[in-house]
Amino acid sequence: MTALAALIRRDIRIALRVGGGALIGVLFFLTVVVLMPFAVGPDLALLTRLGPAILWLGALLASLLTLDRLFMADHEDGSLDLIVMSRTPLELTCAAKALAHWLAAGVPLILATPVLGLLLNLDATATAAVALTLLAGTPALTFTGMIGAALAVTLHRGGLLLAVLVLPLSIPVLIFGVAASQAAISGPLAFGTPFSILCALSLVSLVIGPFAAAASLRHGLD
Amino acid sequence: MTLIDLANPTRFLNLTSRVLPWLAAATAILLLIGLYQAAMAPDDYQQGATVKIMFVHVPNAWLAMFVWGVMSVAALGTLVWRHPLADVAAKAAAPIGAAFTFLALVTGSLWGRPMWGTYWEWDARLTSVLILFLMYLGLIALWRAVEDPSRAARAAAVLTLVGALNLPIIKFSVDWWNTLHQPASVLRMGGSSLDRSFLIPLLVMAVAFSLLFVTLHLAAMRNEILRRRVRSLQMMQASRRSA
Amino acid sequence: MRLSGSGVRCVRGGREVFSGLDFSASAGEALAVTGRNGSGKTSLLRLIAGLLTPEGGSIGLEGGTGELTLPEQAHLLGHRDALKPALSVLENLAFWREFLGGEAFDLAECLAAVGLDHAAQLPAAFLSAGQRRRLSIARLLAARRPIWLLDEPTNALDTSGQAMFAALMGDHLARGGLIIAATHAPLGIAARELRIGDAA
Repeated sequence: MTALAALIRRDIRIALRVGGGALIGVLFFLTVVVLMPFAVGPDLALLTRLGPAILWLGALLASLLTLDRLFMADHEDGSLDLIVMSRTPLELTCAAKALAHWLAAGVPLILATPVLGLLLNLDATATAAVALTLLAGTPALTFTGMIGAALAVTLHRGGLLLAVLVLPLSIPVLIFGVAASQAAISGPLAFGTPFSILCALSLVSLVIGPFAAAASLRHGLD
Repeated sequence: MTLIDLANPTRFLNLTSRVLPWLAAATAILLLIGLYQAAMAPDDYQQGATVKIMFVHVPNAWLAMFVWGVMSVAALGTLVWRHPLADVAAKAAAPIGAAFTFLALVTGSLWGRPMWGTYWEWDARLTSVLILFLMYLGLIALWRAVEDPSRAARAAAVLTLVGALNLPIIKFSVDWWNTLHQPASVLRMGGSSLDRSFLIPLLVMAVAFSLLFVTLHLAAMRNEILRRRVRSLQMMQASRRSA
Repeated sequence: MRLSGSGVRCVRGGREVFSGLDFSASAGEALAVTGRNGSGKTSLLRLIAGLLTPEGGSIGLEGGTGELTLPEQAHLLGHRDALKPALSVLENLAFWREFLGGEAFDLAECLAAVGLDHAAQLPAAFLSAGQRRRLSIARLLAARRPIWLLDEPTNALDTSGQAMFAALMGDHLARGGLIIAATHAPLGIAARELRIGDAA
């Protein structure tokens, strides 16, 4: 456990220091959300209706783009070799790295949601609903995205390929995340149903993500 | 005292250490006078007491744009004249400019709340300021992304100048986008038709905030120079011995 | 403890690098792997470290510690130094000690042993290439593992650094450690030579 805690501490520390990418994700989120009204027009009623969808899309893209470096940085400087050689199971190591990434890059997105809700004219309930669904759903994005990040390392390609690999996998999360937020805002569906499915998706990805990523790393290193 | 003298960081530190206390005092006094006058100014017949937000909002909005101007001059200093203090000035100004822009946004939306019924309206002016804020944040992210300040300086200088050229275009586009979608329904401050009882406190506040910027900027520049000295001392220490 | 390989065959990117390679090394022994560029020295180390899988033959360890696998008992000192420039020298080393586990050694002593004690609090970004190599070597001391896999370990080290590292390798062998080093330059310690890639 000390090994995993040390890894989480190190990754968060790097993300927050000079050159780290934690805050750039939030900035990207902010920029994407601000761009939307220029495309759909400044009609507040329309923005209110689209609000949850815009926020979810922004969070999806922001968490995906920051995932790019999850394993790549460790691969480039040789840390990944040593991590694979350690006595900690690689699956747990992958889970710890994803957790650190979520804490450093995912949680700030959730914290930024209320400010962005203000820009999209969401009321307090709607903002809380979106924040809650993001809290339940962003771990799924991180842990599924991790598979793509591991593949990107072994294929020596990053960036857009990662997005193409991972975006289809995150469709269910997007569907139920937005559905739960909409249910809380306007109904007619009960909030609980889609929200439970969203939580279930997160839990499933918590299990599948680390195993798939570890398998991909193990067979793809050279 | 010429620009050449100031180019020496040690002289800059000596000079500013003497000037800064006076500047800070002047800023504090002017701010107090301005706030007092603003509090004493009569309420607007339409907006009531909320009009007094203007005395904080307008200076912040002016400075938000002014600081980008300062950074553009500093960027020219970096790229054209290679003035040793230019990139220090540019780097120190960015967070201060972002703070003024943020305050302009916050006061603007607080002012808008009783006018529009919401905290945020995609009004052309507010939106432009929001984009300016995003550009400040991007610039700060650029400074933070590169560890070596002299390497970050040239990239940031290019971005600052591109931003300065682009800002009018963005402003024009946003205005066009805004009028396309909705008629200007927002209150317009009538420029020079402001009553003297508003104008004088506003001018005092504007001068006070400008002095505040100069004070903060000089202090931040001192910090940046000292930070770079610490950095080079650390690098010297790292290479000192290896046996 | 005895590390041995028999009939090891290595294929990289569809090209056979070497085949039918036999080698062995026992506790307290150093093996210097030599050969021209591209002969597969690095690949051999990565095969032993479990980062590559052999196409044929086998690599095994007899008499190691309990149920730990071969890679879990080995240190790899590669071309890439596994250092994070944003972290301080001490933070880098402390992370690897905690992550690699094992006995807790005093980090200050490890840094002093490689001549980096004056830089403990500085960011690793400020280190020169030779100093980065020294910090990687300190990792071998901070978490003890019996097998050292060294890829061109003396690269970037100055004369005093090479002498320092030779002494550390001597200590490691005296404690019953085992060293396999891919190298062009003499290691500075008594080592058996394993030449690979000549047959091809």
